Amino acid sequence: MASITEASLREAITQRLGAIHVEVTDMSGGCGQAFTSLIVSPQFQDLKSLKRHRLVNTALKEEIAAIHAWTAKCQTPAEWDKERDTAAPSLDGTVGGHVEGTNQ
Amino acid sequence: MFSRSVASSLLRQAARPAARPAVRAPLAAFRMPVAPLTPFQMRLLSDATRGAIDKAVASAPVVLFMKGTPETPQCGFSRAVIQILGIQGVSPDKFAAFNVLEDPELREGIKEYSDWPTIPQLYLNKEFVGGCDILVSMHQNGDLAKLFEENKVLVEAEEGEKKEQQ
Repeated sequence: MASITEASLREAITQRLGAIHVEVTDMSGGCGQAFTSLIVSPQFQDLKSLKRHRLVNTALKEEIAAIHAWTAKCQTPAEWDKERDTAAPSLDGTVGGHVEGTNQ
Repeated sequence: MFSRSVASSLLRQAARPAARPAVRAPLAAFRMPVAPLTPFQMRLLSDATRGAIDKAVASAPVVLFMKGTPETPQCGFSRAVIQILGIQGVSPDKFAAFNVLEDPELREGIKEYSDWPTIPQLYLNKEFVGGCDILVSMHQNGDLAKLFEENKVLVEAEEGEKKEQQ
């Protein structure tokens, strides 16, 4: 598979999940192995958090298997509208926006 | 503070189940002494591995598959989940952690078993709850506290602290 970048992930998410807004951030500190994302899609409507993540995991199965770390924040358009000003990819679990242990 | 003392006792206790030979032995026994598996082969979860993971999942009410140990997490996401479990006040007696870095078969097998591509992974009473993202958001919105309370896996709060929470 071609190397995974913020742009390639953004495109895949937009196409495969019908996302109306996508933010992808490389949090690897350079090696391109760790990404965090904010995905806004009407497909998340009426799905609980676990199901939303499972939907994303399935849509990005190959990509996620190829990288070290993957984080997603999954919102419906209505939820995103409410916190549009502050919504951003999650940096939980990172140190200053970089994930540790990418060599594991 | 309450949360800190629980967190530290959770960390101390949690290292024990991870090192308990009775639980770990079956997993290690099924480790195949062969070259690294191809991605295709890794998707095929053997009955033996599945059985071993079944046992691991059932070894305590709250079971975490993580990178590193509760005392020394080897990944920020695993560390975040350990911190959350400590803050929530999960009882050390009801918690077990498994270090996937010590067992390549567990590391790949658990992904297939849970149909979940990343680690850490948390199980509550044999049911998959989620990974770091889900646990962080459930921790923040109060769902996790409710879930743990319903399943009675928390250290019982003292009288004064109960009042504080109400």
